[in-house]
Amino acid sequence: MARPKPVAQDRGRGLGRRKFLTFLVAAPTLTVAAKWGLDGFAPATAVPSLPSLADVGDLGDALIIGIKPTSHLMVLEITEDNRMRFELPRVEVGQGITTSMAMIVAEELDARLGDVDIQLSDSRPELQFNQFTAASTGVRVLWEPVRQMAADARARLVAAAAKRWDVPAGQLTTRDSHVWAPDGRSLSYGSLSADAREESAAGAEPKESSEFKVIGKPTTRLDAYNIVTGKALYTMDLPIEGALPTVVARPPTIKGTVASVDDQEAKAMPGVVAVTRIPSGIAVSAETFYDALRARDALKITWHAGPNDNLSDSDIRSQLKGTVEPLAAPKVRDSYLDVTFDFAFVNHAPMEVENAIAHVRDGKADVWMPSQAPIYAQQTIAEAVGLPEEAVRVHVNRAGGSFGRKLFLDAGLEAARVSRVIGRPVKLMWTRQDDMKHGRMRPRSHHTIRASYTAGEVMSFEHRMAGVVVDFTHGLGEALTSNTDDPNEFPSAIYFNMSQANPYNLGLAQQSMKDLILKIPTGSWRSVYSGVMRTAEEVVMDELAERMGEDAITFRKRMVKANSGKAVLAKAAEAANWGRGMPSGHAQGVGYHSEYRSHVACIVELDASDHPHVTKAVLVADVGQVVNPRGLEAQMLGSTMDGIATALRAGVHIDNGAVRESSYGDFLWTKHHDAKFEFEFHSISTTWEPGGAGELAVPAVCAAVANAYARATGTRPRSFPISF
Amino acid sequence: MQRKFKFFVNGERVEVDGDGDMPLLWALRDKLGITGPKYGCGSGICRACTCHLDGEEVQTCQVPLSECRNKRVTTIEGLADGDQLHPVQQAWIDADVGQCGFCQPGQIMTAVALLERTSEPSDADIAAIENMCRCGTYVRIREAIKAAAAGDVGTPDDPPDNDKPDKPGKPDNPGKSQDRGKGGKPDVGEPEESVEEPSEPDDSVIGGIGSSVG
Repeated sequence: MARPKPVAQDRGRGLGRRKFLTFLVAAPTLTVAAKWGLDGFAPATAVPSLPSLADVGDLGDALIIGIKPTSHLMVLEITEDNRMRFELPRVEVGQGITTSMAMIVAEELDARLGDVDIQLSDSRPELQFNQFTAASTGVRVLWEPVRQMAADARARLVAAAAKRWDVPAGQLTTRDSHVWAPDGRSLSYGSLSADAREESAAGAEPKESSEFKVIGKPTTRLDAYNIVTGKALYTMDLPIEGALPTVVARPPTIKGTVASVDDQEAKAMPGVVAVTRIPSGIAVSAETFYDALRARDALKITWHAGPNDNLSDSDIRSQLKGTVEPLAAPKVRDSYLDVTFDFAFVNHAPMEVENAIAHVRDGKADVWMPSQAPIYAQQTIAEAVGLPEEAVRVHVNRAGGSFGRKLFLDAGLEAARVSRVIGRPVKLMWTRQDDMKHGRMRPRSHHTIRASYTAGEVMSFEHRMAGVVVDFTHGLGEALTSNTDDPNEFPSAIYFNMSQANPYNLGLAQQSMKDLILKIPTGSWRSVYSGVMRTAEEVVMDELAERMGEDAITFRKRMVKANSGKAVLAKAAEAANWGRGMPSGHAQGVGYHSEYRSHVACIVELDASDHPHVTKAVLVADVGQVVNPRGLEAQMLGSTMDGIATALRAGVHIDNGAVRESSYGDFLWTKHHDAKFEFEFHSISTTWEPGGAGELAVPAVCAAVANAYARATGTRPRSFPISF
Repeated sequence: MQRKFKFFVNGERVEVDGDGDMPLLWALRDKLGITGPKYGCGSGICRACTCHLDGEEVQTCQVPLSECRNKRVTTIEGLADGDQLHPVQQAWIDADVGQCGFCQPGQIMTAVALLERTSEPSDADIAAIENMCRCGTYVRIREAIKAAAAGDVGTPDDPPDNDKPDKPGKPDNPGKSQDRGKGGKPDVGEPEESVEEPSEPDDSVIGGIGSSVG
């Protein structure tokens, strides 16, 4: 099927099909691995580096190319009992990647979806860039290699059946995990798997989208049954024999350190097994978490101050204002806007607190943890406990939410350190208060925007941001900087440049970001810079439209670069009945965002008359080929709640070096009463290769809520969250 | 002070040695190995630990063992009747509610309790639920609760692959549970067979750590 021709920002979508060859792994049954390129089976080159930014559009494109040398190391096995087992080098954090991958494998193998087992792969350093779960790249990056692996496996199974029956392969068909002969005979894949090892997959091609039977069909999560029965096991639920519940006493302010500790009383308490000093505090290991928590509270610790004890939000804001690059664009008489925005710190706050199980003994270590970057975790833990990298195994387990939090290994490192000292397996958990007071956050940021316009056209759009530096030391940051000429370049700057592009034609468009280096724990937070950058820009787009006397959506459609952008905006306006009359104190608001080769428009209706809340949300997205529409809608729904939370109420204060909030009681994330709205999602069907979807809608929704608030109240939000 | 506490969990009689202040959550997870109830905040706010105590919704991180004597605890593991899912569980699958799934055992236990109190909960009743979901599945939870209330559960029209469980041996159509009645009180929390109430005093002080099963 001919693919549509890219226009403007659509460029880069639908890259030509990349060629993957496969070869066989030595195994008793058919075990296929994908291999990119025509250059034989040479091992990956020694020093990994991602392609330079000049060659690619964004991180997803970089990873698509960057994983090619190692794609052949992924494993798809057809077992004798007719299971299709794929080792997925990603983590399931709720985004539905396991279901999407099972669908892709089932599609190309013509296997029953229920016969596919997706197993999260342990850390495998040889996979290099192909074991990051980040930047909405999962389906996008694995799409071609996994389809090719499965298509090759199917071709080999057909060839094996052809030989066994002595029937030409061309007369055989495949469905329901079986090869079928014209006379109705069938053989299960499992029964053919051993023979299939000897066969060739020459010429096997993944299906065209018109042939899809599984891909594109709304499908319930494969783990739905386990979720509703309590059988889904998170790391703290794993039955690791003898693992000791462990908690850590932490300082009163961020990154404070232990001056002295009296643990006599704590050690004498029931169930207590060990008290261990680690860099982040004092760990207590006991028979139960109840015992550990009680003993932790009985520790008598004096603390050294942390590095931020003289810093509060107002100081940080002042420093950010001093950091941001000055606006430079000329002002066009009265036809310009100069506005500033501030965004508060936001905790990731996944329901599952930081946790890990570690067993360090006999010159080796096993660590069980939810990890978006397990290779980096393996390397870092090995260094921390003084073991060679290959002696450490990180077993990746499903996460109870992440939103970027599980890029890091804070708990894994602590658990390994404690286990090394006490020689027992350790099950270490942060409390919610630990996670709120010492966890990572989307950093506070300050923005200045100047937009000049004349005669119906925008002449310039300048956006300067300063933010507390985002911590990229989780492996991906190192990969980003491995190919830069400037050794001083921060991965944050590279990621910013890689991810940020104003999606509109706004004359001279400039943007920049300056880091404020503070010792405050930060991290990528769902949508990273776009969550703040694009929200601010979308608020200004509304203001520009108003100044120029144009409807907010008409204006956007006129300015947006991509045809897909025009399409999602038009569909959203129609579906939401844009411009309909609203009662006093209520208003509609719109936001648009494009990233990861995808587009989304959001229109919300907000009741700002009392305790501002959304009463309706309509989202329209074009993410290219959709693998699982039901999963896509779930991601849009989750992003909608994130956008609402960060627009209206969710933020974290810093008071004299300490986080003020301590739990969900004062960190005001959305709850059921914030979700009373009517939710509507439309997907514009295209056959572009899949773009990213998991983070896409957060900025569009946040902006739509902000713009609705402005219309409903007459006050344009300049500081987020609006109620803080 | 270590004491012996006897109660019922999902119909099984259990004894836990611990002190009376130990929250039920940790007794379930660390003493009895029942991990469906989750720790999310430890202060009763997020409600990921929600279970039923004598049929009433409770936050197990806030219920001390001393209040559990002779009572019936139902966790998410005890909600289904063997392979027959509770209608609320089936409704959750039908609506594909879960994302990360971590809060859903608590959400489901809360929803079951709500439906036992109110057979046809209004939007306001559902909006008053306090359980947190950081993935933001609230809209689908509302959909699932309403479907369960209406007895509209099970997806017989779906092709078999669609809801194929990853649990071996699950019946093909676990959703056929309408016979439990519309939002009616399901048979939860009862011992599978009649079990004699513990008659001996169950606050005997014992030494050391550990638990035994009666």
